[in-house]
Amino acid sequence: MTVADLPPRGDIGAPIQQQVNPSGTDVAGAYYIEYAYRDTHTPNMVAVVLADYRAFDTLGEVIVVFAGAIGCFFILRRRT
Amino acid sequence: MLELLKGHYAYFFLMLLFVIGLYAMMMKKNLMKKIMGMSMVQSATIMVWIVAAFKHGGTVPILDRSIPVDNPDLYINPLPHTLMLTAIVVAVVTLGVSFALVISIYRNFKSLDEPTILKRMK
Amino acid sequence: MKSQTDSPIIEVAARGLAPVIQLIGIYVFFHGHYGPGGGFQGGVLLAAGVLLLRMAVGFENSQVQVPSRKTLILCSVGALIFAGTGLVALLMGGNFMDYAHLPVPGMEAADIRYYAILFIEIGVTMAVMTALISIYDDLLGT
Repeated sequence: MTVADLPPRGDIGAPIQQQVNPSGTDVAGAYYIEYAYRDTHTPNMVAVVLADYRAFDTLGEVIVVFAGAIGCFFILRRRT
Repeated sequence: MLELLKGHYAYFFLMLLFVIGLYAMMMKKNLMKKIMGMSMVQSATIMVWIVAAFKHGGTVPILDRSIPVDNPDLYINPLPHTLMLTAIVVAVVTLGVSFALVISIYRNFKSLDEPTILKRMK
Repeated sequence: MKSQTDSPIIEVAARGLAPVIQLIGIYVFFHGHYGPGGGFQGGVLLAAGVLLLRMAVGFENSQVQVPSRKTLILCSVGALIFAGTGLVALLMGGNFMDYAHLPVPGMEAADIRYYAILFIEIGVTMAVMTALISIYDDLLGT
């Protein structure tokens, strides 16, 4: 059964909650928890990841919002 | 079996929500019901990520002076929360664009029923 | 004064409630560094305040707050604030979106990042708020 292979809810031993994952590379989540305040002096880690570490992701997301607004405008525009 | 239900009940409920949404997207004839199904699929996907971020014994990912930051087990993983924060806004905007398309279809064909639209397209 | 609803109760309640919702939006936006909140949530709350007035007092009467013509312009300005901050960091010799290279004299790198996060959240808030208002106005069809 495939669902049973998923880690149970809240399991600390799951691969995404470790500092080093099974293939030997560092896991992003533990790094963010450890270094977020040291790098930016901002207590909210989600804001730091959103606007600093993954700012390019957020830039693309803002552009998606802008493209959605432009798309609605051109779909529903009254032709005069 | 009880152990499986205790650890994985959230995944079963979210699978059910996902499958209901997928059924509404594929089988319903009304376009508004299809959009409702799309919204349910988006919600189920977002909640799977939020469930995966949870740790037993962890607190919210906001720095507390009394909790040391060196041990990552004491804070919930902030990465899925961030990704889903952007995904929620994108979900709202896709709903807006799909409503715009539905309004445009209704202006042209005066119906939202899919067989009626296909009949009037000919 | 021609309003969308005939009921004075809805109009008075919406007029009293909309500034409170917008004040909560501004609080959520500026408190994003120290608690749950940030640009997206604050922008959505600000848009909710404007849309409540749009629905309660009518489309023409609520043009005073955010005019419909200017929503897309403000949305693009918000996206440009975000991209421009990253571009300035690129021109000053760092990576794209590496805020430590922004030309702010007399501050250490971590504090520059603190204020740069606040600055680009302003752009995110403007973009999200005006995009939602613009989508509502387009769906209204006027």
